[in-house]
Amino acid sequence: MSSPKTQNPFAIETQELTKVYGSGNTEVIAMRDASMQVRRGEVVALLGPSGSGKSTFLTAVGLINPPTSGRVFIGGQLTFDGPRARTNLRTYRRRHIGFVFQKSNLIPFLTAIENVQIALELNGQTSAAARRRALELLDYLGVADRADNRPSMLSGGQQQRVAVARALANQPSVVLADEPTAALDSHRGRQVMELFAQVAHEQGAGVIVVTHDQRALDIFDTIYEMEDGLMRKRQPQTNEP
Amino acid sequence: MNLASKDIRHNLGRFALTTFGIGMLLMVVMGMGGIYRGIEEDATLLVDRIGADLWVVQRNTEGPFAEVSRVPRNLVDRVLAVPGVGTSREFVYHTIQRERGGKLLRIAVLGLSWPTDKGEWTPLIAGRTLAQNHFEMIVDESLGIHLGETIKLGKDTYTAVGMTEGMLSLNGDGLALFTTADALAIQFDTPGEAVRLERAAREARGERYELALVQPTLLEQALKPSAELPAIAPPQLSAVMVGVAASADANRVADTINGWGDVSVYTRRGQRELLIKGLVDKVRRQIGLFRILLTIIAGIIMALILYTLTLDKIHSIALLKLIGAPNAVIMGLIMQQALVLGVLGFGIAYLIGQKVFPMFPRRVILTPDDLMQLAVVVLIISVASSLLGIWKAMRVSPNEALS
Ligand SMILES: Nc1ncnc2c1ncn2[C@@H]1O[C@H](COP(=O)(O)OP(=O)(O)O)[C@@H](O)[C@H]1O
Ligand SMILES: [Mg+2]
Repeated sequence: MSSPKTQNPFAIETQELTKVYGSGNTEVIAMRDASMQVRRGEVVALLGPSGSGKSTFLTAVGLINPPTSGRVFIGGQLTFDGPRARTNLRTYRRRHIGFVFQKSNLIPFLTAIENVQIALELNGQTSAAARRRALELLDYLGVADRADNRPSMLSGGQQQRVAVARALANQPSVVLADEPTAALDSHRGRQVMELFAQVAHEQGAGVIVVTHDQRALDIFDTIYEMEDGLMRKRQPQTNEP
Repeated sequence: MNLASKDIRHNLGRFALTTFGIGMLLMVVMGMGGIYRGIEEDATLLVDRIGADLWVVQRNTEGPFAEVSRVPRNLVDRVLAVPGVGTSREFVYHTIQRERGGKLLRIAVLGLSWPTDKGEWTPLIAGRTLAQNHFEMIVDESLGIHLGETIKLGKDTYTAVGMTEGMLSLNGDGLALFTTADALAIQFDTPGEAVRLERAAREARGERYELALVQPTLLEQALKPSAELPAIAPPQLSAVMVGVAASADANRVADTINGWGDVSVYTRRGQRELLIKGLVDKVRRQIGLFRILLTIIAGIIMALILYTLTLDKIHSIALLKLIGAPNAVIMGLIMQQALVLGVLGFGIAYLIGQKVFPMFPRRVILTPDDLMQLAVVVLIISVASSLLGIWKAMRVSPNEALS
């Protein structure tokens, strides 16, 4: 079959994603007709107040949490058609998607380097090669000296950088980050944002970052805003340097 | 990267304690099996060691071990006259319980056919075999009687001249070997007062006996020692042991003797079967039941432990799913831990058992077959007990990594 890479210019495309949690009295419409297109190499910021549906959107794009309706395409491949999965989600996540979440999500019984290594080994890398690449990434993120520490021995910022290293380990075509810099100081935060931009530009990945940090917005190519489940694109002139 | 071992290392203390607990439980299961083997071995030890080809016992009894058997002394000579019989020996066997130095002493008394049998077949570890017709004994070390020590049984005092190892009765009591005459003397020891009373009773019975009125001298007979009265049979044997001549067929000889109306005959194998069927079978079933219960309990405990270990890892499992780990990786994580738990538990059971079992009051015999069987059972339990944890892990949604 044809490779999606050559045919489709979009790393990520969503069509009218709607998510309804609960039913009857407890029904919450967390996301309403959210549509977004992210080209390869594009870095997108997603802004919005707490509870506006940003995480709901990101987990739908990340193939974790199915939408109630609407469609998700990753690299041109239909993955969610409404709540139905159209591909093996787990394999797809492993090969194509890198996640960074608000809370650093590290495996507590693995050391920093092993947390990165496991993502590589799950994709078929040998243990030695995975370790080398993991160390490179940790080094790049400035946490190589903590490679053999378990997460409980790391500060919040260090944990978050290890999580970033894991997300980027397999050179994903989609990077999704949900407030990744909350636990970092502004310098480190900006560094991580720049790293995402670099991954987008060098690897042609589509990147979506949920952030509150107004100071780093110059890094992004496109800015979307969400409010009460509704998504809208901010006009380009407002944030050109 | 092996996730199972990483997780174990992370929770080393708890895992070690759990493994130790499982190990102790498996040790009990292992010990139970060993105790049964010990009982079986003890029960058949005498029959095997004595090495008689045929056992001639009281008609319609399954003696002399499984139940009481009485045969007259002259049966030895009658049996010897049967074509094909090589040797014919008396067998006297009974258990006595005495007090010695404030402690309970149970002795299984075995009579040897002096002078043909001096106890050469016993596994002597010290001293010698019997060298005289009376007042000597070969004792098992488990009785706690030292070489050269004396012990008064009945009216006589016996000296320990030889020492054996592992010669135990069906009940696990130590064996002491005497000549048949001594063994009978110990068994039929009657106090002087009892002898006097018996004679008086005999005389009283005689006075009502018409012949005694006609022949008053007959009455005098009643006052003589029992051994001098032809009308009173000498003490009876438990059984007669037959050694079949090399050229003869044991079954043919057995058939001949079985033709007599007063005795029954068993081959060595038949005798073993009687012992196992009659004496050991209930114990076997009882112990078997305990083993099964303990095995089930061990399985349930392992399942619960693995389930809790899995619950503790739910977040990690969700995260592994989130980053795309296939189910095989997650199942492997849980099942490998189960197997490590089972294998180490078994190892601990074995190692501790080696130290602890010799201190048990009864013999614990671990046969390679039994160990192998238990190992297989432990493996099956390990796999089965991990299923609950695996079931839980399979139902975890990657979403849970985010909450
Ligand atoms: N699992 C859930 N069940 C019910 N309601 C949910 C669930 N997750 C999120 N919500 C609701 O959906 C809305 C959007 O939440 P979320 O996507 O987390 O917003 P944000 O990430 O922008 O803070 C909120 O009102 C939240 O309470
Ligand atoms: Mg959120």
